[in-house]
This record gives sequence, C-alpha cells and structure tokens, in this order.
Amino acid sequence: MRTNFVKKLVEVARINPNIHLITGDLGFMALEPFRDEFPERFLNAGLSEQNLTGVAAGMALSGKCVFIYSIIPFITMRNLEFLHNDIATHNLNVKIIGLGAGYSYSAQGSTHQAKSDLAMLRSIPNLKIVAPGDPWEVREAVEAMVVDQGPVYLRLGRNGERELHDGSQSFKLGQGIILKEGTDIVLISISNMLESSIKIAEELESFGFSVRVISMHTLKPLDKKLILDSAQKARAIFTLEEHYLAGGLGTAVAEVLAESEFNPIFKRFALPDVFDFVAGSQKYLREQSGISETQVIAEILKLIKKA
Amino acid sequence: MTNKELQKIAAEARFKAVHMTFQGKHAHLASSLSEVDLLVALYFQILKHSPKNPKDPNRDHLILSKGHGSAALYAVLAKAGYFEEKLLDTFVQDGSILAGHVTYGIHGVELSTGSLGHGLPVGLGLALAAKKDNLSKRVFVILSDGELQEGSNWEAILAASNWHLDNLIVIVDHNKLQAFGRVKEVLSLEPFADKWRAFNWSVREIDGHDFEQIIPVLSHLPFEIGKPSVIIAHTVKGKGVSFMEDKLEWHYLTPTEEQMKQAKEELAKKL
Repeated sequence: MRTNFVKKLVEVARINPNIHLITGDLGFMALEPFRDEFPERFLNAGLSEQNLTGVAAGMALSGKCVFIYSIIPFITMRNLEFLHNDIATHNLNVKIIGLGAGYSYSAQGSTHQAKSDLAMLRSIPNLKIVAPGDPWEVREAVEAMVVDQGPVYLRLGRNGERELHDGSQSFKLGQGIILKEGTDIVLISISNMLESSIKIAEELESFGFSVRVISMHTLKPLDKKLILDSAQKARAIFTLEEHYLAGGLGTAVAEVLAESEFNPIFKRFALPDVFDFVAGSQKYLREQSGISETQVIAEILKLIKKA
Repeated sequence: MTNKELQKIAAEARFKAVHMTFQGKHAHLASSLSEVDLLVALYFQILKHSPKNPKDPNRDHLILSKGHGSAALYAVLAKAGYFEEKLLDTFVQDGSILAGHVTYGIHGVELSTGSLGHGLPVGLGLALAAKKDNLSKRVFVILSDGELQEGSNWEAILAASNWHLDNLIVIVDHNKLQAFGRVKEVLSLEPFADKWRAFNWSVREIDGHDFEQIIPVLSHLPFEIGKPSVIIAHTVKGKGVSFMEDKLEWHYLTPTEEQMKQAKEELAKKL
C-alpha cells in the first residue's frame, strides 16, 4: 500500500502544484520519488510531530494541500490535540497519512501498533477517515482525497498487500464497495482485513452460505445506507478490523443496527482490549488475538448454527 | 501616529477590556491588560494589514497564541476597524462570536487558540508558506511566558531557526505570573534570553509598556537576516489598574461594579 500511495501522490502532485508533503523523519526507501521530483514541496520536519502538525495547519491556511506522514501512533496520537484544534476545528486541507495499520509493524512491539486510531479519530468532527483494503483502493483514495478540500485521515498497511479489485468497481469516498454479492451473511471489512475477509467468505460459501463482502473503506462518513441494505437482505452481519473492539468499524456498524428496525445476528471481529507484550508476524498476532481466518470462520459457523 | 496618540488608544482599549469582562462576568482580565500596548503598537503602527479586507493574502499575520488575552485583542481589533465596537458588548454572552478564547471566524482572528503551545507551530507554517510563495509578509506570534513551559513551542523554536524563517517574529508577553504561581516559582525560564539565542534566534528585550521602546524595536525587522526574531517584552500583569497589577488573583476575578468604576476612573485620567 505504501508504494502505491507514494506513486499516486507523485502523479497527482505533477498536476496539482499546491500539494506538499511533510514527514516526521520517516520515508527511507519510500518517499524518495516525491522528495527528488518536488524538493521544494517536501519537508522532513524531524521528530517533532506536534510542530509538524501545526506547521501543516499554517500552510493549509495559506492555501496549500498538505500531506503529513508518519507511523500511525505518531501522526495521530502524539499530535492529537493539534489534529483536533488546528486542523479539524479549522476544517483545513490537510491529509494525515498513517502507516502500519493494526499489526502491520508486528515485530516492532506495541508502541508501533495502531489499534485505537479509528476510535480516537472518529470522535473528531470534520475529519474523514479512509482505510483502504488494497492498493487499488489506496490509489483511488488519494485521488478522491485531493479533490476533497477538508481534513482526511488515510490508514495504510505496509507493503505487499494483494490487489483485490478487478476493475469493475468504482470508488467514492463514503461509499462501501460490494466486492462480491450474497444474501445470507454479510462480511463488512475495513483496512487490511479485506484479503482475509474474502478468504473467509469463500470458505463459508463452501459450507453452502451465500456471502456478501463489503470493503467499507470509509469509516467516516459511514455508508449507513449500505449497512441497512445489508441488514434488510441478510440474516447475519459480521465486521472485521485490525483494531480494538471499542470504537472502530464494529462499533460504528453496531450503532447503525441498534438504531434501526433490523435485528440480524451480529458480531464484531476485532482485537481484544489488552496491550501486547509479544512480538511475531502479523499472522501470528492476529491468531493470538482471535481474528485469524480459521478462528473467525469457526465463530461465525457457531453463531449461525445457534440461530 | 505619535506615542501620545497610541497611549490614548491603549487607555481606551483597557477601558473597554475592563467593561467587557465585568459585563460578561468573565476572567483573564489581567492577562489582557498586560498585552494592550503591544497590540496597539502592532495594529496601529507596525502591521501591514487592511481591516476592511481581513483575508488579504498579502497581509501580515498576527496569532495571539495566549488566546485567553481575548478581551484586549477584541478591543483593539474593534478600534482598528475590523468590526463594530458595539459587538464588544456581547463578549462571552449567549450566541456571541466573541468567545473567551479568540476564535477563528471573528474578523482579524487568524486562529482559534486557547490550548497553549499551538500558535507558534501554526505561525511557522504561515511563515514557511510565505517564503515558498515569495511573499514579503511577516508572521507575528504573541506568546505568554508560562506558555513556554509547553514543549511544542520548543519544537517550533528549534525548527524556525533551522528553516531560517526571518519573516517570523515572536513577542513574549513576559508578565512573570501564570495561573497558579509566579513563573519563576513554578518553572523558571531563566536564563530566558540565552535560551532563545541558543536556539539561534535573534533576541531583543524591552519594556512592553513603553512605546518609545516598542515602536523602534518593531520597526526594524528582522533583527538579523536569516534568523527568526523574538522580543521579550517585560510587562506587568493587570497593567493600568493599580489594584490589579502583578496580582495572581486577577488572572481569575471578575471585577465588581465598584472595582470596575475605580478601574475606569484610573484609566480615564489617561484619555
């Protein structure tokens, strides 16, 4: 996702001379293409995320479209008040690019994980939240974000994610994408759980279920219409995210369902409310947290059979 | 404008600030009073600005990072023609845009502030954009002294000189008091001027109530090409009202009607 982000940013920056990129000392072997082609529009602001965010606000007040970039906790939590008071309050044209969704930097330990960013940022007015499911969605999101004149948070994974769209889909901020249709079970995925969600759907289909898979790439504004449509058509809805249970996609969908006339079987697949003190691969940590494909499938079958 | 004329405007602004704070039953009066002379000098003599065109892209910017000093800024903005003086009577009351901390949307206010330590980073962004766009405008940021205990300022101070932002000017309203003690008792900033020099800023110190010092120093900017400038303005919290000067409690108190009358009498002598 990261490579696709940079490539697409360079493309849009060629057309839009207002685009600037500020990094908090990250980007080795990644941001060089932008830095080398647009040196006047690139800034390494050093390990000063609060200042970096204020600077971005000042530049946006001056008419620039500013991308700020770091690993998720540093570009969302370290500088949260600056995102809130300076960027969001003033509804500024700043795009917050966070790397390392969920367990993407799994071996690095808990300070480099991003498990609460969606919850934290969802409570801030004006701030749109986009969490692409694959490189195609990343490219589309960057284009859409540049058209949008307000603040947008983009939650990226790392590199190596597979392309999961076949060219028949279209991307619009705030509109979930139905990757495959189905009428029994709906899997709503966000961010880097999309590939798993598709595999889970395929496995469920081998059990005879008809499964709809949605990539809910935009958490805010949420595609409530699509959620209600899913609740009307199917008897079970499950959400999948590499993020804590509290406050992310699952919570957002639950809010919609709870206030609706529908009452589907519903469960959030997300990370438990604990800190991690172990290292490992992303696959290993997902399993430790109960959201591996095998675990999710088993749990879904249990819930469906009970009902 | 002569210094005598500026002093008169300053007295009027203080008069207004006292009145607004009483009427709104509000706090932070002393914080407003210490910065009045600096604001008057800026808005009536130094800033390149157009009150009737507050969004002029070539204007000098002023960010009041110590956003609680709002009554003074509102009074000066009104006097300078940004909005009608009668709007001041709505200060902090139901539906008023004049909130207790300066708020974006009020003509002349560049940024909603109030959480200390934000104004300088944003000011850096404005200054940096101006450099990139080859504009000759300047960015002024007014900080409180207590505010410099917030670490984000030091990130910005480090960056500003690294980026050679000589179009950036900080003015510290150094009134020696903060919210729950004297600055030197809570977290002393000394050696204060040396700290700025160590971060490669160009430093001047003045009496922040003496136009004979304020005007000359603000008229020769930047102090050094290639370096951001800082003016440490030694001020008195509550300046202009004898019983409020240098008193911690006047960070908080709303004047009583009696106190307001007494304050106005003192200030009227300067009008």
